[in-house]
Amino acid sequence: MSQNVTAANPAAMERVKFKKQSQAKEIWRRFRKNRGSMVGLIMLTIIVLALVFANLITSYDAATAQNLRIKLDPPSAEHWFGTDSYGRDLFARVLYGGRTSLSIAVLATLSSCVVGCALGAIAGYFGGKVDNIIMRGLDIFMSVPDILFTMAVVFALGASMVNLLIALTLAYFTNYVRLVRSQILSLSDLEYVEAARAGGAGSARIIMSHIFPNAMGVIIVNTTLNVAKIILYESTLSFLGLGMPPPQPEWGLILSEAREYMRSAPHMLLFPALAIVLTACSVNLIGDGLRDAMDPHLKS
Amino acid sequence: MNENNILEIKDLSVIYKTDLETVKAVNGINIAIKKKSTFGLVGETGAGKTTTARSIIRLLPSVGHVTSGTIEFEDRNLLELPEAEMRLFRGDKIAMVFQDPMTSLNPVMSVGDQIAETIKIHNPELDKAEVGRRVEATLAMVGILPSRKVEYPHQFSGGMKQRVIIAMALACEPQLLIADEPTTALDVTIQAQVLMMIKDLRDRLGTSMLMITHDLGIVAKICDDVGIMYAGEIVEAGTVQDIFEGKNHHPYTEGLFGSIPNLKSKAKRLNAIPGLMPDPTDLPEGCVFAERCKYAMELCHKVHPSVATSGTHQLCCHLFNADGSRKEKNHE
Repeated sequence: MSQNVTAANPAAMERVKFKKQSQAKEIWRRFRKNRGSMVGLIMLTIIVLALVFANLITSYDAATAQNLRIKLDPPSAEHWFGTDSYGRDLFARVLYGGRTSLSIAVLATLSSCVVGCALGAIAGYFGGKVDNIIMRGLDIFMSVPDILFTMAVVFALGASMVNLLIALTLAYFTNYVRLVRSQILSLSDLEYVEAARAGGAGSARIIMSHIFPNAMGVIIVNTTLNVAKIILYESTLSFLGLGMPPPQPEWGLILSEAREYMRSAPHMLLFPALAIVLTACSVNLIGDGLRDAMDPHLKS
Repeated sequence: MNENNILEIKDLSVIYKTDLETVKAVNGINIAIKKKSTFGLVGETGAGKTTTARSIIRLLPSVGHVTSGTIEFEDRNLLELPEAEMRLFRGDKIAMVFQDPMTSLNPVMSVGDQIAETIKIHNPELDKAEVGRRVEATLAMVGILPSRKVEYPHQFSGGMKQRVIIAMALACEPQLLIADEPTTALDVTIQAQVLMMIKDLRDRLGTSMLMITHDLGIVAKICDDVGIMYAGEIVEAGTVQDIFEGKNHHPYTEGLFGSIPNLKSKAKRLNAIPGLMPDPTDLPEGCVFAERCKYAMELCHKVHPSVATSGTHQLCCHLFNADGSRKEKNHE
């Protein structure tokens, strides 16, 4: 019997080629089936492309150059979204504002993800005292309302892009700590982690190559959904005057400037609001689709 | 340490300690595994077989503590090695095959990468191509097409997965392989295949082996020495001949053999040993098997028996004299 087992014909071995069916391909195949998410993906792609190539569509000057003679003009062929109270082209402002808004949202999401994942991994893997210190520290963070907390940070450090990033990171990293910690607690008892340990793998290797890749699905989904939340939150901060300092365009800031002219020039409110809603909505749709595509229980 | 032995376990005791109770999982066992031989550790669920194996490789759960004993390997006490040094032993000199192939492989890593990981940990000087060659050679060794190294565990059947796991364990050609019920989760035909493959590779690579099982058939097929474990103790040990052909046996061993179905006898039911294993949080004062033993005497419930030795055969029972001969039946 041992002959059959070990000495298969090597020529026959070569003839059969096996296809690498990667996890990513599988996920993409399932993601594609979800119509809502595909709409979200297309929408977001268009928005991101428009923002990236904004300088090909209209110049940055149009977003900041004031022309009081044409202030509060409704949408026209020349000014697609109309003009604001200083006569600035609203289309250009929304476009360049989106650059700021979206890049802050993405950067803040990434930094909160990195900080949160690292802390969560440490707390979950080492447990005991380390876990206790991190989690109790987290409890303190979470007991202060987000808005109060970010306001305090921005007030203390001053309003700028970097400080806004710090404030948003501090407000959002807590989710990840809890999420990653719980994932690690449930994954590190699994037999393949034991098997890796029995093979001589150390803690760092086990976390990086066995636990994180398996927790990745949950983390990616959470991150995507967080982008939408942070876009909205950041707009709120700008609306309250705690975001980017004017005159640099930013979606929340444009909205707050439009507040006074809500009745006389509703277009000023409509377009930036629409941009925020569409972006947040498409990111959410993608997040939902990713969650379904990555959930092993829903595999069909 | 005897130089014919690869591993010597002396007086090993392990407890699992929680706030609520202390479980005495292993109680003062002695095992010696000879070089290039296979030691079979047999016993029912909960007897402490896996705990013994995990103590060797130092991967007890966090509530597990070794309370006494030494485990000697290459003239060093494994229990006293610092963790960093122990890590160099794991996978390289001592490897372990786990019971369930379905959960022992990482689902998001290709099998080739998983085998490569162990090789890379213990041979950091090898370049990528050489690691790749070794992975392919290891896969071919366990009868899997080397081209399948790019595939993921879900593309393999149970028996194939167990082969991959065995390949992982043997990738660095360890001196000692601990196999913790490697075929329990497989169906019977695949069991035989995998078992023969393990036997084949063991002979080819000259690996010593600790085979943990509850299947006496497996023991007869591949083991040289056997230890019968019950409630954290080794109640009988010896060579395969001692256990399978010898005349004197521990009542528990008799019970184990009695519960194997026999095609010739006309019994309608299988012979089972009545009763359950004693509660490991509250072990009896005397012999651990006394409660279920049909020969039990008053003495058995009060005094723990000492080991009777005759040649290679060891028994831990009041029915036998210190030289291994059966006592006169004076209790009747």
